[in-house]
Amino acid sequence: MKKTVLLLVVLTLLPGAVLGARQTAQPPATQEEFVPVGALPQPEQLPAAPLVIGAYAFVWVALMVYVWSLWRRMAKLERELADLQRRVQKQ
Amino acid sequence: MSRVFVPLVFVALVLFASAPLVVANAPFEQTMGLVQKIFYYHVPSAMLMFVSAFVCGIASALYLFRRSAVADRVAVAAGELVVLFGLIVLVTGPLWARKAWGVWWEWDARLTSSLLLWMIFVAYLLVRRFGGPGSEKLAGAMALFGMANVPFVYVSVNYWRTLHPKTSVVMTLTPGMRGAFWFCVAAFVALYVLLLTVRKRLEDRRATVEQLYLATEE
Amino acid sequence: MKQFLRVAWVVMCKDLTVEMRSREIVYTTIFFAASCVLVFAFALVREGRPLEDASAGILWISVAFAGTLALGRTFERERHTETLRALMLAPSDRPAIYVGKLLGILALMAIVEAVLVPLVGLLFHAPIFARPHWLFVLLAAGTIGFASVGTLFAAMLVRARSRDVLLPVLLYPITIPVIIAGVRGTAAIFQATPDEPMARFWAALLVFFDVVFVTLSLWTFEPLMTE
Repeated sequence: MKKTVLLLVVLTLLPGAVLGARQTAQPPATQEEFVPVGALPQPEQLPAAPLVIGAYAFVWVALMVYVWSLWRRMAKLERELADLQRRVQKQ
Repeated sequence: MSRVFVPLVFVALVLFASAPLVVANAPFEQTMGLVQKIFYYHVPSAMLMFVSAFVCGIASALYLFRRSAVADRVAVAAGELVVLFGLIVLVTGPLWARKAWGVWWEWDARLTSSLLLWMIFVAYLLVRRFGGPGSEKLAGAMALFGMANVPFVYVSVNYWRTLHPKTSVVMTLTPGMRGAFWFCVAAFVALYVLLLTVRKRLEDRRATVEQLYLATEE
Repeated sequence: MKQFLRVAWVVMCKDLTVEMRSREIVYTTIFFAASCVLVFAFALVREGRPLEDASAGILWISVAFAGTLALGRTFERERHTETLRALMLAPSDRPAIYVGKLLGILALMAIVEAVLVPLVGLLFHAPIFARPHWLFVLLAAGTIGFASVGTLFAAMLVRARSRDVLLPVLLYPITIPVIIAGVRGTAAIFQATPDEPMARFWAALLVFFDVVFVTLSLWTFEPLMTE
């Protein structure tokens, strides 16, 4: 169930990012510093929102998956540990 | 141990949950606009990937030269985190690049060397898993080479002509961006310490289980 | 120091003597390297003819693949006859044994490259005599970098499971920078007008890699080979 939900979230976000990223742009010169500006200038050709959302979603998903994997492994070890301790006590 | 652990979990979760709000309030960048906001997660992840590679390398050296079992457990935890944070860097980077540079990937010095660093630690995990007995030492040597690779990855962007922004970007951030950035760094560091601690505990538990197995067999 | 060099020399001579008796690894590795070159020559074609710009890359890929094969085979022979354990039992400096084995591998790869370079020159019309000293320096430095890491890992893997597949898995991510530098330097030499400053830059980088890799390998060989 958890896996299905995760998969659905990823699948809905990724096509959005891919479909949005169709136009190409000229790569600028290497930047030495970031220059902030108050508001966004004229509308850009390639919508950035799907890419930004996609990136943040991926970070959260990756961390969640890892934490879940840790949880699962820990639970398995706890079970083994309890089982072994019972065996040791019997001896 | 738990007394430190619970506040740590709390701090990490709070920081990490509030990071998106902080990032949303930061000013837009002049040439790249909205997509530059990926920076606030991409760069801290990269920083932690390097830090974790160092932790893994140093722990591996301690394991190889001082035969410290604890160091080996820290090493495997750090090794997994290099792969995790490296994966985040290698996915968020191209998503940013698609808009900023027009291409998903470019074989320049920084990107190539980062990918290779990540692959070294993937190989580290593969060897630990499939190398059979004694594979901790092999993996330890691998981690040492990986650690030696990190400074090379870091300076590559300053010495070669690349599309990737130089390291001077972080030091020259304006106040609006600087606050958001270092907040995210703090959030990621808290998260990293948390994950490392939990993963190392998992290894400790595994070591206990193995010892008990041996005890019951005798 | 003299003792160190003497042990290294003896180990190298032992390896070469054993190899020269059957010449098994030399012949098969040369043939494999030549086959590699041919495969790439026919795979990378433009208008039905081999891509001449790819000559530098093909040369280094063949060196890398042949090197991996030679390393695997050499240490397989050690494992089979249990001579590695005998070497470890000898009361000599472990790093000296490493250097000896490294020299043996380097000699083997030098022979393979001596065949490979003219072959690449022939098939791809590569100007191998344009700046032969730079070509030699690049190949030597690159081979030392590749072989230093390779010898360490191949020795470590002798007692491991899945050793055949693990050697490339471990070796390539670390030695790809060496290959990149080698290819770029060689490509600079193979250009219509050889670019010597470029070749010098890449050769310097290769020497830097060599120093780092050999130092790390010497440092870690002892703890890795002891139980």
